[in-house]
Amino acid sequence: MSDLEQFRAETRAWLDANCPEEMRQPLKSQADHCWGGRKWQFQSEAQKVWMERMAEKGWTAPQWPKEYGGGGLSQEQAEILAEEMKRINARTPVSNFGFWMLGPALLKFGSEELKREHLPPICRGEIRWCQGYSEPNAGSDLASLQTRAEDKGDHFVVNGQKIWTSYADKADWIFCLVRTDPQATKHNGISFVLFDMENEGVSTRPIELISGESPFCETFFDDVKVDKHQVVGELNRGWDVAKYLLTHERNNIGGEPPGFLKGRALGPLAAEYVGTEHGKLADAGLRADIANLEIDHMAFQALVGKIRAEAEAGQGVGAQSAVLKYYGTELNKRRYELMMDALGSEGLEWDSERTLGGLFAREWLRSKGNSIEGGTSEVMLGIVSKRLLGLPDA
Amino acid sequence: MKLNDEQQMLQDSVARLMADKGPVSHLRQLRDEHNDKGYDEPLWQAMVEAGLTGILVPEEHGGIGFGLVGAGLVAREIGRNLSVTPFLSTAVLGAAALSAGGSDEQKAKWLPAIAEGTSIIALAVDDGAKHRPERLRARVEGGTLSGEKRLVLDGHVADLLLVAAGEGDQAALYLVDPKADGVTIERTVMADSRNAARVRFDQVPAEAMADGAAALAAALRAGRAVLAAELSGLALEAFERTLGYLKERKQFGRLIGTFQALQHRAAQLSGEVAMSEALALQALNACDQDAEDADQQVLAAKAKASRVALLAGQEAVQMHGGIGMTDEFDIGFFLKRARAGGETLGDANYCADRFAALRGY
Ligand SMILES: Cc1cc2nc3c(=O)[nH]c(=O)nc-3n(C[C@H](O)[C@H](O)[C@H](O)COP(=O)(O)OP(=O)(O)OC[C@H]3O[C@@H](n4cnc5c(N)ncnc54)[C@H](O)[C@@H]3O)c2cc1C
Repeated sequence: MSDLEQFRAETRAWLDANCPEEMRQPLKSQADHCWGGRKWQFQSEAQKVWMERMAEKGWTAPQWPKEYGGGGLSQEQAEILAEEMKRINARTPVSNFGFWMLGPALLKFGSEELKREHLPPICRGEIRWCQGYSEPNAGSDLASLQTRAEDKGDHFVVNGQKIWTSYADKADWIFCLVRTDPQATKHNGISFVLFDMENEGVSTRPIELISGESPFCETFFDDVKVDKHQVVGELNRGWDVAKYLLTHERNNIGGEPPGFLKGRALGPLAAEYVGTEHGKLADAGLRADIANLEIDHMAFQALVGKIRAEAEAGQGVGAQSAVLKYYGTELNKRRYELMMDALGSEGLEWDSERTLGGLFAREWLRSKGNSIEGGTSEVMLGIVSKRLLGLPDA
Repeated sequence: MKLNDEQQMLQDSVARLMADKGPVSHLRQLRDEHNDKGYDEPLWQAMVEAGLTGILVPEEHGGIGFGLVGAGLVAREIGRNLSVTPFLSTAVLGAAALSAGGSDEQKAKWLPAIAEGTSIIALAVDDGAKHRPERLRARVEGGTLSGEKRLVLDGHVADLLLVAAGEGDQAALYLVDPKADGVTIERTVMADSRNAARVRFDQVPAEAMADGAAALAAALRAGRAVLAAELSGLALEAFERTLGYLKERKQFGRLIGTFQALQHRAAQLSGEVAMSEALALQALNACDQDAEDADQQVLAAKAKASRVALLAGQEAVQMHGGIGMTDEFDIGFFLKRARAGGETLGDANYCADRFAALRGY
C-alpha cells in the first residue's frame, strides 16, 4: 500500500470511529453550522465532541503546520481527508473567519509571536474572529477607509466606524484595517491590526437584512487601546495583507454553496414539488434551467480544479480568485432562484414550522449577498479585466 | 486536470503544425476557389505524416492510440486556426465507430486506411434538420438500407459511409459503399464553408457491424467530446483576437479597452472560455478513463462549448464594430464555424435535454 493509500485507510477508520452519527446529517440550515468561540452555545453534545476530536487531530485546519495546532497535512492528504469526510457526509467540525481568512494571512505575514498567540486557539475553536474592513464610505473603494489608529508610544488608540461586520456581536476578536499614516497616499498608510472585541470602547449594533436575520453589525471604536505587537506585517503595509486575505476570502465564498443547498441536487428536489411526466420534470422550462445550471456548475468545477492544480503548492491562486468568486457566487444565486422556482408557494412561507421558519426564502435572500460580500461582482470583473487580461485604465 | 508531459508536447507540436500549415487563410482560399475536395489536402498529408490521422487508431492497426485527450488537443488547434480537414469525420468519428463496433475484418480493412490517410470516412446520422439519433427514420430491412441523411460531414469525398439506421427496434451503424447503386450524394456547402452532404439511400446494400449499436454510441460520444474541444479552441481564438483589438482600437481619444462596459464583457467571456476548455478536457479524459459519468460529462461539455463558442463569435463581431461585419476580415469565420459546430451532433438544447435525462429528471 502506498503512503497515501495507508493514510486514506487510517483516515477512514478514524472518521468511522470518531464522527458522531448526528454529525453525518446534512445541515438543515446555516444555523446548524458550528462557528466556535467564547460565546458559542453548542447545539448538541455531538457537535461539541466532534469539534474537540477533530481539533485534537489538528484536522480543523488540516494543512496548517502542527506547531500552530494544525494537521500538517500535504495537499494530497488534505484532499483525501476531504473526500473521506464527504463520503460519510461528515459536517465541517468548526469554521469561522479565523480559519479561512485570518489564518492564511497570519501564516504568510504574521510574526512568530502572533502565530503562536492566535493560531492554536483558532484551531481549537476557542476564538471566533470577525472582519473589520468596510466602512460607510469605504465599500468597493476599500482603500479610502478612515478609521484611524494613533500612535501613543507602546499602544495605538483606534477611533472610527466599520459597517457590515459579519457576526461582530458574536465574535471574540477582530482583524481590522486602520489608517496609521494619514499623510501617506491612499494605499500606503493602512495597517492590519488585531484586537479583542471586549476591549473598552468597542460596541456593535446589529443590522437587519432582507432575510430578516441580523448576521452583521455596525461596529464602533471609541478610543480603543490596541497593543502595538498586534500589527500583522509591517506598519503602514496593511494593504498587502488585506489583499492577500481577500484572495482567500473570495476563494471560499466562490466554493461550495453554503446553507440548505449544500450537497443537495436540484433535480430530485424539483421532482418532489412540480412532479414528473413520463419520467421528466413536469415543467419543461425549469428542467432546462436546472440542466443548464448543472452544466455551468460542472464547467466551473472543472476550471476550479484546473486553477488549483496549476497554482503552485502552498501559493494562493492570486487574481484568479476573482474569477472563482465571480462565477461561484453568480452560480449560487442562480441555484437559489431555481430552488424558489421549484418550491412554488411553499418556498414563500415565511414563518411556518413546515419550512423551519421560512428557511427557503431566507436562504434565497441571503444568497444575494454572495456577489456583494468580499468584493462585488463588478469589482471582480474589474480585477479580471485589468489584472488578468491587461486591459488599460481609463 | 493538468496535461502530462507527453500531452503537453503533443499540444505544442500540433499548435505549430496548424498555425503553419492550416491557418484561416487556407479556409478562405478553399472557399473562394470552390475547391472540389473542400478540404486542405496538403495539411491533411502533413497530419498523416505526423501520425495525427491515427490518433484514435490502436497501434496494432497502425495508429498511435493516443486516446481522446490527444484527439481533443488536435481539435483545439483546429478550432483556433479553423483548419479544414477530415479529422473529425475520419480520424475521430470513423475511428471511434470502427474500433468500438467493427468486426475483425472491418477493423483490419479500415483502421489502417484511416491511419495512413488513404480513406475518408463519413458518418451519416441526422435524418432531419435536427440531430435526433434516438428517433432514426432511416431503416434497414433484409440487408438493404433506405432513407435520407443530412449534415454528412465530408460525405461527397468519402470512401466509406457509416450510416445510422433502425432495424427492428435496434439502432445501429452500417457500412455503405458510397458508389453503390441507389446512393445519391448532394454536396451541401455550409455557412462555415465546410463540407457536408445530403445523402439518399434507396434500397442500398448495408453491411452490419459486429456491434453497430456500440459503434454508434462510441462515435457520438467521441465526436461530441472532440467537438467540445474544437469549439473551445475556436472560442479562445475569437476571444484573444478581440482582446487584442480592445488594446489597439481608439475612439473618443482613448483605447476602447478602457471602457468598462467592454472590460466587463471581456472578463466574462474570458471566464466562459476558460470553463468551456476545462470541461472539454475533463470530459475527454473521463472517456479515456471510462468514467461512470463520462456520457454526462461529454453532453455537458458539448452543450457548454456550443453556447460559449457562439457567445464568443457574437461578442467578437460586436466588439470589432463595422470591420467585424466585413468578409475581408477573418473574425466572421469564427462566428460561422461556432454555429455549424454547435449544431453538429446535437446542439446545446439537445445535449442539455439528454444530460437531464441521464441525471434522472
Ligand atoms: C452578507 C455580507 C457580509 C459582509 N461581511 C463583511 C464583513 O464581515 N466585514 C467587512 O468588512 N465587510 C463586509 N461586507 C461588506 C462588503 O465587503 C461590501 O458591502 C462590499 O465591498 C461593497 O461595498 P458597498 O456595500 O459600500 O457597495 P458600493 O461600493 O457602494 O457599491 C454599490 C454598487 O456600485 C458598484 N460599483 C462600485 N464601484 C464600482 C466600480 N469601480 N465599477 C463598477 N461598479 C462599481 C458595486 O458593484 C455595487 O453594485 C459584507 C457584505 C455583505 C453583503
